[in-house]
Amino acid sequence: MKKFILRRLGYALVSLTLLSGTIFVFVRLTGDPALLLVEPGASKADVDAVRERFGLDRPLIVQYGKFMSGLVRGDFGQSFYYRTPVLELYLSRLPNSLLLAAVAMSFSLLIGIPTGILAAVRVNSWWDRAGRIFALLGLSLPSFWIGLVLILFFSVYLGWLPSSGSGTAFHVLMPAFALGWYFAASHMRLTRSSMLDVLGAEYVKLARLKGLPERRVIVKHALKNALIPVLTLAGINLVIMINVAVVVETVFAWPGIGRLLFEGISFRDFPIVQATVLLGGSMIVFVNLLVDVLYGVIDPRIRYER
Amino acid sequence: MNASTAVVLAEAPRRASRRLASFPMVPVAIIAFIVFVALGANVLAPHNPEVGSLGMRFKPPAWQAGGTAQYLLGTDHLGRDVLSRLIFGARVSLVVGFTAVIVAGLLGVALGILAGYLGGWVDEVIMRLTDSWLALPALTFAIFLAAVMGPSEMNIIIVLAAVYWTRYARVIRGEVLSLKEREFVRLAIIAGCSRLTIMRRHILPNVINSAVVLATLMLGVVIVTEAALSFLGVGVPPPKPAWGLMLADGKRGLMAGYWWLTVLPGLCIMLLVLAANLLGDWLRVKLDPQLRQL
Repeated sequence: MKKFILRRLGYALVSLTLLSGTIFVFVRLTGDPALLLVEPGASKADVDAVRERFGLDRPLIVQYGKFMSGLVRGDFGQSFYYRTPVLELYLSRLPNSLLLAAVAMSFSLLIGIPTGILAAVRVNSWWDRAGRIFALLGLSLPSFWIGLVLILFFSVYLGWLPSSGSGTAFHVLMPAFALGWYFAASHMRLTRSSMLDVLGAEYVKLARLKGLPERRVIVKHALKNALIPVLTLAGINLVIMINVAVVVETVFAWPGIGRLLFEGISFRDFPIVQATVLLGGSMIVFVNLLVDVLYGVIDPRIRYER
Repeated sequence: MNASTAVVLAEAPRRASRRLASFPMVPVAIIAFIVFVALGANVLAPHNPEVGSLGMRFKPPAWQAGGTAQYLLGTDHLGRDVLSRLIFGARVSLVVGFTAVIVAGLLGVALGILAGYLGGWVDEVIMRLTDSWLALPALTFAIFLAAVMGPSEMNIIIVLAAVYWTRYARVIRGEVLSLKEREFVRLAIIAGCSRLTIMRRHILPNVINSAVVLATLMLGVVIVTEAALSFLGVGVPPPKPAWGLMLADGKRGLMAGYWWLTVLPGLCIMLLVLAANLLGDWLRVKLDPQLRQL
């Protein structure tokens, strides 16, 4: 068990190192990082000063060492625009992202699980086909377009909901729906296939043979087991939601970390962009590690696999 | 994609009629139509997509009050014809989408085969890189790369290929792992084929189907990502007519209720992506039963 956890931890560390290495390399491959680090329109002397200050005139390997030791100490550099440490900015925006993701997740589960169950219970029926179309639409509609159309309807035409910003419970509804839509489709697909697996299992047949009403078989016996993979996926998706809300947050001017990333791009505030991407990746590596270890704890078969 | 369909039909003439019955007419027709529009954009578009007349700003579609027959689907904030921009936008989406999917596919298939067949440290290096890149949300990674590289159509293709090759590499490697234990590969080794020959002549033809299925499914994802990048201003640079860029411009008229600037480009994206997904689903079932779980 210990060996298993250590190995997974090792993989995660390798992933993180490769991630930061990738970002380091791309920044240096695609141009002079000093130009990314100075404010736009800086003079040649300024650029040289920055190059010296950040040690960009030294060998790459030394630079990488410095970059990594900064990361380990939680030093992601300073934002040019806000003139504060990037990590501070990131942490101040994180709660908004968490709120948005939590509401979006509730939407996606409230839509995805019931439709998934219905599609599985009445497999190949009209319900199932409608569900499949819904899932395809979910995967095909860009979330930011849904957001724009929602604004058009609920803010411009009907005037029911605020079109942007944050502060009240009403502000979170539209961005959360736009963000949750895509995930609702993927949760629906997984609920359906997982339900179908479970409904074919022996113990469900037994429950039926016992003469339990179908409703009880589905809700009490099948659903409990069928939801395990769905909730696992939901856990991973929650972290992904926090990190892919860039476009939705931009549409609704929602002050989360996606919006921070967008500001970083538009103001050419490079440390923000770099930190947001790195922290997002690390969060996902960590969650994957957590899921792997938990599954290993629950299911010994996974532990002994390579 | 038409070529591979033809191959399937040719190899099983007896069941051709049944396969034809389920042939996805609607998605193929949609894609064919969009390709046709993109190819004929110069002839079909009534106006220059990049030049407008400011006196004609925010004209609604022809059927609405205030619209003129001159601009069938209205005009944007610079007085440019929306219909013409949609038509030329199809070209951008298709060129970027197809090229990115193909480049990513070539890269991913090559690395997937190398990792799966050679194993050992090659496998270890490629797969650790794949895993760590897959950890980044595709959109965030793409935004980062695009922000570093600067906006241009060429850069977008590079960015999308760099982000999405990992999807192919992982699936293809998995298939190669089981293929290389098969009889015909062992016989090829005994016959003295070099490793390169085995990978090229014996492994590659057997993973092409999966690669085609993946590519079709990926096409929709890639087109949406391109639209998102352009929407954020790190994709196709203005004044080029790209659908994502049109949505970004459309935001200027959103609060005034100029719906055509927002609804129409989005519908185009949806139509193309939906068609690609439907076709991908069909191909997955027909070409590659192993991928049905995907």
